[in-house]
Amino acid sequence: MSHAGASLSGRLPIRPQIPILQAMRASDLLCSRPEGLYCPPGDFFIDPVRPVARALITHGHSDHARAGHGAVLATRETLDIMALRYGEGFAGMMQAATFGETIMVNGVAVRFHPAGHVLGSAQIAVERNGLRIVASGDYKRQPDSTCQAFEPIACDVFITEATFGLPVFRHPPAHEEIARLLKSVAQFPERTHLVGAYALGKAQRVMRLLRDAGHDRPIRIHGALAKLSDYYVSQGIDLGALQPATVDDADRADFAGSIVIGPPAAFSDRWARRFADPLSCFASGWMRIRQRARQGGVELPLIISDHADWDELTATIRQTGAAEIWVTHGREEALVRWCELEGISARPLHLVGYEDEGD
Amino acid sequence: MERFAELLDRLVLTPSRNGKLRLLIDYFRNVEDPDRGLALAAIAGDLTIAAVKPAMLRALVAERVDPLLFGYSYDYVGDLAETVSLIWPASPNTKADRPLSLAEVVERLQKASRSDAPKIIAGLLDQGSIPARFAITKLVTGGLRIGVSARLAKQALADLGSMAISEIEELWHGLNQPYTELFAWLEGRAPKPQSRAKALFRPVMLANPIGDGDLEKLDPAEYAAEWKWDGIRVQAVCEGDLRRLYSRTGDDVSGAFPDLADAMDFEGALDGELLVGSPSATGTFSDLQQRLNRKSVSDAMLKRYPAFMRCYDLLQAGGEDLRALPFLERRARLANFVDTLNPSRFDLSPLVAFDDWHQLEAKRSGPPHPIIEGVMLKRWDSPYLPGRPKGPWFKWKRDPHTIDAVLIYAQRGHGKRSSFYSDYTFGVWSGPEGAEELVPVGKAYFGFTDEELRQIDKYVRDNTVERFGPVRSVRADRDSGLVLEIAFDGLARSTRHKSGVAMRFPRISRLRWDKPAAEADRLETLKALLDE
Repeated sequence: MSHAGASLSGRLPIRPQIPILQAMRASDLLCSRPEGLYCPPGDFFIDPVRPVARALITHGHSDHARAGHGAVLATRETLDIMALRYGEGFAGMMQAATFGETIMVNGVAVRFHPAGHVLGSAQIAVERNGLRIVASGDYKRQPDSTCQAFEPIACDVFITEATFGLPVFRHPPAHEEIARLLKSVAQFPERTHLVGAYALGKAQRVMRLLRDAGHDRPIRIHGALAKLSDYYVSQGIDLGALQPATVDDADRADFAGSIVIGPPAAFSDRWARRFADPLSCFASGWMRIRQRARQGGVELPLIISDHADWDELTATIRQTGAAEIWVTHGREEALVRWCELEGISARPLHLVGYEDEGD
Repeated sequence: MERFAELLDRLVLTPSRNGKLRLLIDYFRNVEDPDRGLALAAIAGDLTIAAVKPAMLRALVAERVDPLLFGYSYDYVGDLAETVSLIWPASPNTKADRPLSLAEVVERLQKASRSDAPKIIAGLLDQGSIPARFAITKLVTGGLRIGVSARLAKQALADLGSMAISEIEELWHGLNQPYTELFAWLEGRAPKPQSRAKALFRPVMLANPIGDGDLEKLDPAEYAAEWKWDGIRVQAVCEGDLRRLYSRTGDDVSGAFPDLADAMDFEGALDGELLVGSPSATGTFSDLQQRLNRKSVSDAMLKRYPAFMRCYDLLQAGGEDLRALPFLERRARLANFVDTLNPSRFDLSPLVAFDDWHQLEAKRSGPPHPIIEGVMLKRWDSPYLPGRPKGPWFKWKRDPHTIDAVLIYAQRGHGKRSSFYSDYTFGVWSGPEGAEELVPVGKAYFGFTDEELRQIDKYVRDNTVERFGPVRSVRADRDSGLVLEIAFDGLARSTRHKSGVAMRFPRISRLRWDKPAAEADRLETLKALLDE
């Protein structure tokens, strides 16, 4: 598994322009439907939000990967994650896609490339008659040793997310945020540091980052994280000693000075009462905005995101060399505006059903 | 600059006092001079640097960022300083090879003139990281708003040097930024800084509350009684041409009370209560509030709500320090001293005559003025000691008012209480019979036991009507609702609250699970207290 993030500088070699005799329009190859992004010639959807006959799934987050499709094409890891979440029979048929391998779906060439978002996450390149569209799903460019790094793909149309599509979103290097967490643990050794992190991806990344920073004490985890963390470990990602954050009253003090990771919602819940004087932390790109931290009662915001920040979004758009950009879920208008200023044609793709908050 | 910026960020989000103290102490311990001293000055609100209007920051950003992109961002973030710090484009040619220090930033800002301030600020923003840029914008737009008082910063210094805060307070106004001598002393590397400054603050003597059974142990003949005025405890110090009016924590508040400061023409140090009105017609607490927390005071305000000082004690007369003398003697000197002062701005706090505690209790429950919040007991032989020594002085407050109100909203707490709904907004009934509705009259977050907190929390979760982020509205109507007995020390008129009243120190005194919501008090009952 490659751990180095692809360089953000420099464009990809320019693709030879193919004379478009067949004159295929991009909107004929992919278009938005209420169910999600649809490919009419291939008769498939990408990340549909409702059950469909044939779905291509970029990654395992529940707003992108839903149960109940007829057939699903996704990476092996994404299929495994869906099975963990929804049970083995989450779709009628499953097919695993390997990165870089071309799969023909009703005459449309489909290829999966790493997206650097979470384990198994992929961009999906769809190509027909010399026209290539890349649907990037969710992606990031910061290094992440729990998943394969994003690979920029030259294309005609690049579909980008815009979760953090405002120029105020600039994520600091994740290891600096982890250093702040560890500093706080040293500074407040009698308190329990509760780190809110989404169960798939973010939680395991935080664990790995802690290990990389030399933290070797057991990490206590909320039950909702156990299955997915075990899966990451089974895929060769060493997360160190993980212990369930369950206790009886007798060893409440045992949590003093330890780091507990759980889904953010659990911290405002009664579950959190078992800990000694908890100090609430939240690992999310949203923590860049102080008011978000304040509203959530977060004492130590950790700006750690699995989505591209503004600089990564704009650098990636340039790198793909795409002549046209479609912007999905998030703050489309700012990114569309940026493209306009750069002379790149861009439009928002109004897809519904993707959660804005999932970071 | 990075460490200062990080400190600011952590202080803002750390709710507990002890947590803030630890962050401050660690910062002062680990950061070198002169940065830590400048940080101290900034936190204590004493740092003077070029101030700019937010409009100037906007103009600087407009030169660098597309206005539409800035607009989207500002709308989202909601805070100008924060938006500017995040959106400011990294400048490739001024990449600093070393990070900015706070000292460097302050030096450049202090040198800036009105005309070159924009250029200097832009240069600093180019050079700083995102956190540093945020701290810079906060510094230049004035007001860090980090929830740390000068007092808390002084407490951190006291803890750092393991000494009493009164020692810091006494020194404070004689010290110069960046406080290098002070830190050297706190770290045991140098002797206590010698004060060369005049009109210094003298640490205030405070009283302990009378507890159960305390009075039986005290001999009434050994104590003087005095009304406890609910104004602002101040200390007026004049030495040579220097006049200073201090708050009880040693903050210089002369600027907010120029009328009183102008009347301070004596040599000495007086302890007393700042009140509004005149010695012959003392104003209420609502009147006093008109003069609180104002940076500048209009002439109309000065005329309508003049400030005066009701004197409790004389600490210094001319060159003589009286603090070691017994109260009896100081009191006699004080009476003579006050006689020489402007009678519209200074008067003597009257003693309350009494023979035994019962007699005093009767007077305490029926004070002659609404701004009196009880009585003070002072031993006739007590010297004036800094802090809160046990024994010589007591405060005996009048019993709080209570009212039965209904819980309307509950908000999640912080820190230890982050999983509990622990901050309660309560209301009383208002409106015509048959169409009563609850108007919020206050908010309380203490006064209950941990067990009661658990019970209210469960009640809130079981009776939630709506959620707004960390706040839940709770079912509260004529037929159902949780009645809270609220105790409070006083009531003031308020134009800010829909109910028209604001409580002082509201706290929950009892949970009235037994009482039907419809039987909670009405707003009229509360308002009747206003006219006392």
